[in-house]
Amino acid sequence: MSPRAASRLESLGFTRVYDYVAGQADWLANGLPTEGRDAKRPSAGDVATRDVPTCHLSDRIGEVRARVQAAGRDSCLVVNDAGVVLGRLRGDALDQPADTPAEQVMEAGPTTIRPDTELTEVAERMRKQGVTSIIVTTTGGHLVGILNRAAAEHQQERTP
Amino acid sequence: MPAPIHRDDVQRLLVGGALLVDVLPDVEYESEHLAGAVSIPLKELDAARVADLERHREIIVYCWDYQ
Repeated sequence: MSPRAASRLESLGFTRVYDYVAGQADWLANGLPTEGRDAKRPSAGDVATRDVPTCHLSDRIGEVRARVQAAGRDSCLVVNDAGVVLGRLRGDALDQPADTPAEQVMEAGPTTIRPDTELTEVAERMRKQGVTSIIVTTTGGHLVGILNRAAAEHQQERTP
Repeated sequence: MPAPIHRDDVQRLLVGGALLVDVLPDVEYESEHLAGAVSIPLKELDAARVADLERHREIIVYCWDYQ
């Protein structure tokens, strides 16, 4: 529709017309602001915790472990300089020798969801899979935060 | 030929005063639309509907996705 609208505007004499071809789906999937009757329904991006320990591929496990413990968390996300999620460190990975590079022991390509995923849907999925948290990223893989199941369920209870 | 743009370009153009136009049907616009967008459904897009718009203003159109 938008290409046709853009062309029609040009035919009507408009000289500076742009077509955002990826559209509203792309905008929502990247957690960007919207308005309208249904814009206020809570989604994963609204409830995800932003304060998440991160590290780079070459960081050493000893340093990562200290960072995770200082944050009071149990995992760390491996990201590149642009904030794209590459992997996750948790459990046994964090118990490896201190000089082990993160890249060597991380879980590559962890499951992620988009910020506009509805809480009802994701909370149900997490319950069925016995998952207590899930990573939220944009369509480009950039870290948004971590959604905890408890927080998702709590928000659901508060929403009429 | 209208230029296809990325969402980063959308945000940059909006800061510069571009008009954001949602061309989806009214009912979809009312449900949810990009913040700041105005509604001009494609079916209503004619000379009369856009008569008040400045011809040289930057205008960004969008719909749901690659349709």
